[in-house]
Amino acid sequence: MATAKDEILNALRKQIPIETPNLPEVINGNWIRYPDPIDHFSSLIAAVGGSCFVVNHIGDVETQLQNYDVYRNAERIYSQVPGIESHFDLNSVAKPQDLEDLDFVIYPGEFAVAENGAIWVTDKNLKHRVIFFITQHLVLVVPKSRLLHNMHEAYKELEFKEPHFGLFVSGPSKTADIEQSLVIGAHGCRSMQVFLIDG
Amino acid sequence: MNAPIHKEHAELATEFVSNRERAKWHDGSLWFVRQKRDRQTNAIPEWETLRELAATIKRHTLAKLPFYLEEFERNATIMGAVVHWARDAEEHNRIVLQILEDHGAKKIVKSKSMLTEECHLNPYLERHGLQVVDTDLGEWIVQLRNEPPSHIVMPAIHIKKQEISELFHEKLGTEDGNNDPTYLAGEARNHLREKFVGADAGITGVNFAIAQTGGIVVCTNEGNADLGVSLPDLHIACMGIEKLIPRADDLAVFTRLLGRSATGQPITAYTSHFHGPRPGCKLHIILVDNGRSKIRASEDFSRSLNCIRCGACMNTCPVYRRSGGHSYSTTVPGPIGSILAPNRDPQNHGDLPFACTLCGSCTDVCPVKIDIHHQLLTWRKELALKKVVPWSKRVSMIFAAAVLKRPWLYALGGKVARMSLRWMPRWMIYNGLNAWGKKRDLPPAPVKSFREQYRSRNKG
Repeated sequence: MATAKDEILNALRKQIPIETPNLPEVINGNWIRYPDPIDHFSSLIAAVGGSCFVVNHIGDVETQLQNYDVYRNAERIYSQVPGIESHFDLNSVAKPQDLEDLDFVIYPGEFAVAENGAIWVTDKNLKHRVIFFITQHLVLVVPKSRLLHNMHEAYKELEFKEPHFGLFVSGPSKTADIEQSLVIGAHGCRSMQVFLIDG
Repeated sequence: MNAPIHKEHAELATEFVSNRERAKWHDGSLWFVRQKRDRQTNAIPEWETLRELAATIKRHTLAKLPFYLEEFERNATIMGAVVHWARDAEEHNRIVLQILEDHGAKKIVKSKSMLTEECHLNPYLERHGLQVVDTDLGEWIVQLRNEPPSHIVMPAIHIKKQEISELFHEKLGTEDGNNDPTYLAGEARNHLREKFVGADAGITGVNFAIAQTGGIVVCTNEGNADLGVSLPDLHIACMGIEKLIPRADDLAVFTRLLGRSATGQPITAYTSHFHGPRPGCKLHIILVDNGRSKIRASEDFSRSLNCIRCGACMNTCPVYRRSGGHSYSTTVPGPIGSILAPNRDPQNHGDLPFACTLCGSCTDVCPVKIDIHHQLLTWRKELALKKVVPWSKRVSMIFAAAVLKRPWLYALGGKVARMSLRWMPRWMIYNGLNAWGKKRDLPPAPVKSFREQYRSRNKG
């Protein structure tokens, strides 16, 4: 008996060939660029319900975060950003479900995109990728020099050669499923701060 | 011709508009989303270029679909995923159940997937004793109400917050009469958190599958898909075979189009790229045909497989906005749904291509350049040839053809009509035989026909 795969593929192959246009170039092109990408990026982060800060060094991140009650009162903080201390060792956490009470995650973003306020993060060297979603608050730290203009520049940077998880994140989680009223903090983080840092 | 298994669109739409205030509110909600879309797309100077690129990539992929499906399977397997193939909905459901049973999974959290809606996966799993929770807030609301989504992106767009408040009060014990969306969404968050933490498996749809890398991409705003597949150690991803794209680079085009077209956002809050399972966990990907290869074989309708399920055609459609998603009686409603559904079942969905004014607004906003209103017109022709069109429409077409073939008869008919519209009593014009006279008056008949006016103008 033919397998489902064979049947589907055979059915497709038997069909009269449809005209096949060539694959177009999608990376190089005359794509949107911003005279002041930092300004555009910051305003977009604000528009999607997050906050963006431009700082000189890592110490400023901690100083700024100390302004938040939720940070000062946080009981469980995980940081993968050198210079900001974690409350615990993530590698000693056995199950992702044990991270249910995570308050803050401070994580390095590989790069950010001005056109849509997205930041790329991956789970390379990270035992539990659930931290991005289960934490109440998410803080991302991205070097200023790694702010790109558009998604074409972004995908030019990306390679998917080995198994891993990668994510464009833009603002805190949100829903408008109740009468189109925007509610911040659906299932994922309730707030997101982005720090663009010198370097 | 068998009687349809559900009421016709026109009948359900009549029921929907009978509540004028609600119909107006529904129309306004969707138009609001359409306007948000316009603000976003107008801010991108290369928008038209992106649409053209997306359409070309989709057409290319569709033409070489067998090649890309096999390339995807190979690369996804290298990444550590297990790939399955399903001819139809039934086979898809069986595969999902088998995977869950092999894994000993009882409690499942699901994120939004139109494919699993199309396959009626939830009732199937429930019949086999499994607990399935839809975790997208809108989908969860309609699941609690025991009804299907009315929109593919905003499943609960037809429900008022008072009704959601009553529903939550009854089912979850929330405060009686508290209609605050923030409060209600917060209660849902707390309730669903328990479901996420207790889940044995997560099921998601797929927005894009990359042949070249074997990865899948899932887009959400709530973060529900990611929570649902980052806690339990089993992830099942269900996708139609048309979701493929050749290269990861192509996402540069599609991620720019999707969020802006769908909800007027520059990008969804989470755009997740899964390449293989988490270490020590399982990722199963199911490739489903369920009628798609048949659509690909059709020269007229194959372009409808370009669809990336953004819902822009629904938000802009004057008929959808004023008749509601449920009036279409299909998983995918609105303009694109009216192309897809008659493929599957012309007897039961043959009325949908007629639920359209041919205004073309859907075609204008479609990010992958599907010629939606042209395809709907083509469907009307097909359905007439198949004789799936009601006799009243067929008879009037024969009559119209006979008149339009004979200019003298047309001129005479016009004269008689102009006279009678002026002199006939109201009941003779507005009755059951005149569908165009329902809810609206015909314009006053002119004294002279266009041809008469044209002749006298040329003389003068």
